[in-house]
Amino acid sequence: MSADIVTAPAEVTSNRVPRRAGRSSRVNRTRFSTWAYIAPAFLLYGLFVIIPALHTVYISLFNWDGVTLATWAGFGNYESVFTSEALRGAIEHALVLILFFAGLPILLGLVLTAVLSRFRRPGMSLFRVIFFLPQIVPLVAVGITWRWMYNEDGAVNQILRAIGLGGITRAWLGDFNLALFAVGLIGTWALTGLCTMLFVSGAQKVEPNLYEAARLDGAGAIREFRAVTLPALRGEIAVALTVTTIAALASFDVIYVSTNGSPGNTTTVPGLLVYRLAFTDGQVGQASALAVTLTVLILIVVLIINRLVDAKDEQ
Amino acid sequence: MKATRTESIAGYVLLIGMALVTLLPFVSIILAAFQPSGALVSGISWPTAFSFDSFREAWTTAGFGTLLINSLIIAVVVVPLSVVLSTLAGYAFGVLRVPAGRAIFSFFLLGLTLPVELIVIPLYFDLRGVGLTDSYWGVILAESALFMPFGIFWMRTHFRTNPRELIEAAELDGASPRRILVSVLLPLAGPSLSTMAVLFFMWSWNQFLLVLILIQDPEKRTAPGGLGFFVGQYSSNIPVLCAGTLVVLAPIFVVYLLFQRKFIGGMLQGALKG
Repeated sequence: MSADIVTAPAEVTSNRVPRRAGRSSRVNRTRFSTWAYIAPAFLLYGLFVIIPALHTVYISLFNWDGVTLATWAGFGNYESVFTSEALRGAIEHALVLILFFAGLPILLGLVLTAVLSRFRRPGMSLFRVIFFLPQIVPLVAVGITWRWMYNEDGAVNQILRAIGLGGITRAWLGDFNLALFAVGLIGTWALTGLCTMLFVSGAQKVEPNLYEAARLDGAGAIREFRAVTLPALRGEIAVALTVTTIAALASFDVIYVSTNGSPGNTTTVPGLLVYRLAFTDGQVGQASALAVTLTVLILIVVLIINRLVDAKDEQ
Repeated sequence: MKATRTESIAGYVLLIGMALVTLLPFVSIILAAFQPSGALVSGISWPTAFSFDSFREAWTTAGFGTLLINSLIIAVVVVPLSVVLSTLAGYAFGVLRVPAGRAIFSFFLLGLTLPVELIVIPLYFDLRGVGLTDSYWGVILAESALFMPFGIFWMRTHFRTNPRELIEAAELDGASPRRILVSVLLPLAGPSLSTMAVLFFMWSWNQFLLVLILIQDPEKRTAPGGLGFFVGQYSSNIPVLCAGTLVVLAPIFVVYLLFQRKFIGGMLQGALKG
């Protein structure tokens, strides 16, 4: 790339040379002046995303309270990410959340798709508008809403009482054993619609005669789904898995307003601790190391998912 | 294709069940918000007397008027800025031959997976150094930068769907790359541009962590940011808390209903492309 930059000025002036016809036309020619189109976006992205990201990596190698002089820490902050119970706990909670943010919504989405994809039904567009609602509202609002739903007097307990399960009612977000699952189910609520709609729209692209053929062979709903729909949805499943897993690992908004990590530290997640360590506890270096670890974790997961899809594609 | 009767009924039962579960939380806060301020609400229950007290109290004490305007100011700058920059870069990557284009493009793509958590810490300290914390501009520039990977990817994909012959024909007529973009390709890009704009508006409106950190001044906070602080003060006053939440939900909700096809199409395609 450095060589390209060196030759740039010469190329730019050559634009003035009269246009040649045919293959080397202006649009088709590799020209450095095209960088002018990319430069503004590149500058903005570089200044506000890439440089801060690299700066986080740099800060993570220091002990710094955000005010006084930083001292070199080497990889000490990274060691703490794995040895400190609080930090490791947060990562473990995020991994548990994957089950609720990715696992359940994809499973439910597939079940719904199996039933819905066999035919077009009227009224689907209304349902679609409803199912996407959780996607468009601010997650802070989602968090507050569910805080109220899970409240001692909230709708969840009300419904449980109504169906005769009054015995298990409780303040769900205050329960040491169940708060993390309760928070996870908020993610399930928010993401199931997205997954379902992704799968349903993917299933609609399946050739109708494949279904006809399956049905002529006497396939029932389940076999038809396994033989025809599921293989066609591989791409959509990979996408849903990527999006929802990132949502689980990088979650912050919902947790911040619903439990803020409580009770005890049972619902902390990396995002919450990054915020807390850096802006209230004065452990900026430690917070940075956690943020970098979180990013690496996300990149690994995305890579694995992509690998799995590619490997299948080659078969 | 004809469905059997049982299949059809089972399908509708599932759909309606899921719609109810999706709507239930919204119903719950709407009903609670119409109770008088401080009322002890119990689950989903019809308000004894419909009252707008809670809305009035939420509006004045949390200053939602200012918060909504702040959110709007930020979104109104972020959307055109991100749309223009994404379009320019997407055009270059999709149509022109860019030196080292693949490398630069993958560099942008990387941004699709980076969490906000990775950048907020230095962003706060560095922007404070240059006086961009507690300022609309700090948030505007950071949000636009975060939207670049998606925007560029989206527009590049769009421009690639334009037939190559169209571009070559314009070239034979002597059109410059700039002219091809402005006079030939942009008039065809309306749907892609507006879908992207709607998504940017939504992401900007809903952004929380960035705002929480970059804006400490209560006067400059956005609606979700203000709501985040509001929870702390009104944690036990359910009607007022629900009313405040509805105030923040209402604008994005209205925009969603107006542009539902764009939202849904954008989120489905956006997820698949990204």
